Amino acid sequence: MKQTYLILIKDLQQEFKTRYAINAILLFAVVTLSAVSFAIGTYTAGIQVLAALFWVILFFSSMSGLSHIFIREEETQTADTLKLVARPVHIFLGKFIFNLLLLVALEVVLVPLFIAAMNFKITSFAIFAMTLLIGNFGLAGGGTMVAAIISKASAKGALFTVLAFPILLPVLISGISATKKATEETALLSAQNELQALLAYSVIIITASILLFDYVWNE
Amino acid sequence: MIIKIAKWLLFALFALTITAAFVWAPLKEGLGAFTRVIYFHVPVAWMAVVFFLLGAYYSYRYLQKKDLLYDAYAQVCNEMGILFAILATVTGSIWAKQIWHSYWNWDPRETSIFILLLIYGAYFSLRSALEQEDRRARLSAVYSLLAFVSVPFFVFIVPRIYFSLHPDPVLNTQGKINMEARQRLVFFSSLILQTILFLWVFNIRKTQVKLKMLLRRYEENKTFEEK
Repeated sequence: MKQTYLILIKDLQQEFKTRYAINAILLFAVVTLSAVSFAIGTYTAGIQVLAALFWVILFFSSMSGLSHIFIREEETQTADTLKLVARPVHIFLGKFIFNLLLLVALEVVLVPLFIAAMNFKITSFAIFAMTLLIGNFGLAGGGTMVAAIISKASAKGALFTVLAFPILLPVLISGISATKKATEETALLSAQNELQALLAYSVIIITASILLFDYVWNE
Repeated sequence: MIIKIAKWLLFALFALTITAAFVWAPLKEGLGAFTRVIYFHVPVAWMAVVFFLLGAYYSYRYLQKKDLLYDAYAQVCNEMGILFAILATVTGSIWAKQIWHSYWNWDPRETSIFILLLIYGAYFSLRSALEQEDRRARLSAVYSLLAFVSVPFFVFIVPRIYFSLHPDPVLNTQGKINMEARQRLVFFSSLILQTILFLWVFNIRKTQVKLKMLLRRYEENKTFEEK
């Protein structure tokens, strides 16, 4: 636990020095949102379209920032030192929590802007909050693992999205249908199926990542 | 000798099954002549899943043993899996044009096979982006296992949850087989014969890959000794 916490603190401090990931992710979200908003114009799109657009913006913005956590270690050549001081599980968890916080920061900015710009009416904030909460775990889990895989490859940026998309697609599919439910229903239990699928897949992907991370990290 | 007989037997049975699929097995009401696609489309889709499973198995073996041979096997499996997935997509798409009047309409089945193609396309682009050999083997094995976690979700769960027009008479939700006796015979013999044939093809590829690896090691040792 201590090691996980220390790695998280180290990454946060490093992030506050350069603010690379947070800037990239937030600006990407704002740019995509304004592009979508311009394209739709004054017309209000249907609920189905808005729910899908929200997740598309969320997904591609997170793709622009989540991979930085491991690429940074390769660029500054600190990966080998990190291997000496901490165990793989702790490294994975520390970086996973960092990405989780990054996603929360993204949503704090994106959600109010999206509601304001797209005239997005949410009837059940409970469902919406649960969807984002569980969805964050799935996105951060898969994203962190794929980031670890591609940090050793060439052409990292393009590869990250290509590799992460199929793995994160179940999160996207159930996230979109849960968000749709959040604009139609009021009771939390009406989105039970979607939230269960989202939770199950997030747990599976995080477990598989923790089990496989040893092989990625140790050469 | 026995192998030779088995080969001829396989050939004869295969010819018989294909002929029977066209002349002997009755057609299903409502589908007409398009019933026959089941004898070829379903076994091909089944082979894709079998090869992806084998690919995940060899990836796992590689991570355990760190022997590059297993990585080469995993690559062969995934190549064959992607080939069969493309065949299943094409046959299914042609059938969909006749029955649903469009080649592609994002039916849950079509979505799931498309995602399978994406996953293994990503697998091969990862391989091409990694130059160092053991690193490529290790990371692509991890990715293949990680991606395989989502394969059952797409192949078995998504088409069951969402409404699909895809006829599922074999593995339907109740688990009953809803086919006429002659259809069933032709279908299962086609399934079994194709499995045998393509596992045999895979075995030949495996031997080929193994010989290539042995030859490379032999040559490496030779240049090493000369120095």
